[in-house]
Amino acid sequence: MSIDVPEPVQPPVDGALRLCVDNLSVLRGGRRVLDHLSFSLSAGQALIVTGPNGAGKSTLLRALAGLLPRAGGSIALEGGPSDVDLPQQAHYLAHSDGLKAALSVEENLEFWSRYLAQEPDPRSRTVGAALGVVGLGHVAAAPFGVLSAGQKRRAALARLLVAFRPLWLLDEPLTALDRASREKFALAMRDHCALGGLIVAATHEPLGLEEAAELPLGSAG
Amino acid sequence: MSSPLAALFLREWRVARRIGGSGAMGVVFFLTLVAIVPFAVGPDPNLLARIGPAILWIAALLATLLCLDRLFQADAEDGSLDLFHLSETPLELAVLVKCAAHWAATGLPLVIAAPFLGLMLQQEAMALLGVVATLLVGTPALTLIGAIGAAATVTVRRGGLLMALLVLPLTIPVLIFGVSAAEAASGGAVPFYAPFAILCAITLAALALCPFAAAAALRYLGE
Repeated sequence: MSIDVPEPVQPPVDGALRLCVDNLSVLRGGRRVLDHLSFSLSAGQALIVTGPNGAGKSTLLRALAGLLPRAGGSIALEGGPSDVDLPQQAHYLAHSDGLKAALSVEENLEFWSRYLAQEPDPRSRTVGAALGVVGLGHVAAAPFGVLSAGQKRRAALARLLVAFRPLWLLDEPLTALDRASREKFALAMRDHCALGGLIVAATHEPLGLEEAAELPLGSAG
Repeated sequence: MSSPLAALFLREWRVARRIGGSGAMGVVFFLTLVAIVPFAVGPDPNLLARIGPAILWIAALLATLLCLDRLFQADAEDGSLDLFHLSETPLELAVLVKCAAHWAATGLPLVIAAPFLGLMLQQEAMALLGVVATLLVGTPALTLIGAIGAAATVTVRRGGLLMALLVLPLTIPVLIFGVSAAEAASGGAVPFYAPFAILCAITLAALALCPFAAAAALRYLGE
């Protein structure tokens, strides 16, 4: 095991980030799922994407994460470091957790913290602290595969905390979570906004963020 | 090796060791293939000594392919592949490190097991050395070429057979020069170094090209 010596970090510029989506169009399977969508989001704000099934919520999040090609328009995260692409400043959390069943919860998170946070950031939490936030400290050494559905989800949410990235793209983040975990996660999202982060979440359920803006996507047609 | 790549190597290594499937299964498959050959061709020591290196190489090739089909599919299913796209680490490097870890967990055990299985095929000491040396140099190329097939079939359910069909023709040069170098080691008309040098060259070329091809396939299919 190598021990990384943390390098001195420049203080992050807070409040300067702004996510600008301009005239975004995305095709999936030849169908125009998103058609000339425009919105913008400032640091510290959360945006909740709502709409019926098939309205393009997941498509929007995947396009923002750079996982789908754009048919037109632009996506930009203004005010960030100019040499870092938007996907590298974003956390993407969808239906799958991105964690390995054979590894312990701790090993999984240790890996993502090293793989997703290339430079140490004072806003990243340690694996132990992140597990504490989601209430999984007692199963840190257990294999991820033996956890319950809700615990797996909480471990996946802990991934967002171990490597600080300003933009959170969350697709149905509350799936399988009980009420106490939802409240804990709402707190974590508020903390993230307070640190100058941005959240775009697609959900059918209230996230517990009263101040969040809402972006209704049209029906599938 | 920088920290993210070291972390990836460690993760792949741990997964391969714990699931157990890949490493141990590959060696057992290798052993089984080699063990059934004398039943098929007959227990003639001279014949076995002559075709031994070829049998070991074919068995190693099939055992390598057997283990490769889940190389990227497991990551695609659990969502890790999406997250690799979001990392600052280029996908090509991630592919290379995954191949390295996969080879260490499944290819290296084959190389270590080969001399013991060679004894079952009446191989002399020099021939055993030749087989081990060629497998050590050649199996990384098999893993890297196989990674292209694994990437191209990442979205195909039960894509193992399709992957083998795609990859086997591409591995023919490795097989030709691997077997001829292994046979040359125990004497013969061809000097050992000529085919062995070409085998090394193939592996180096695979090292340079295959990560790009596999990453391109993953990017294309990820959309």
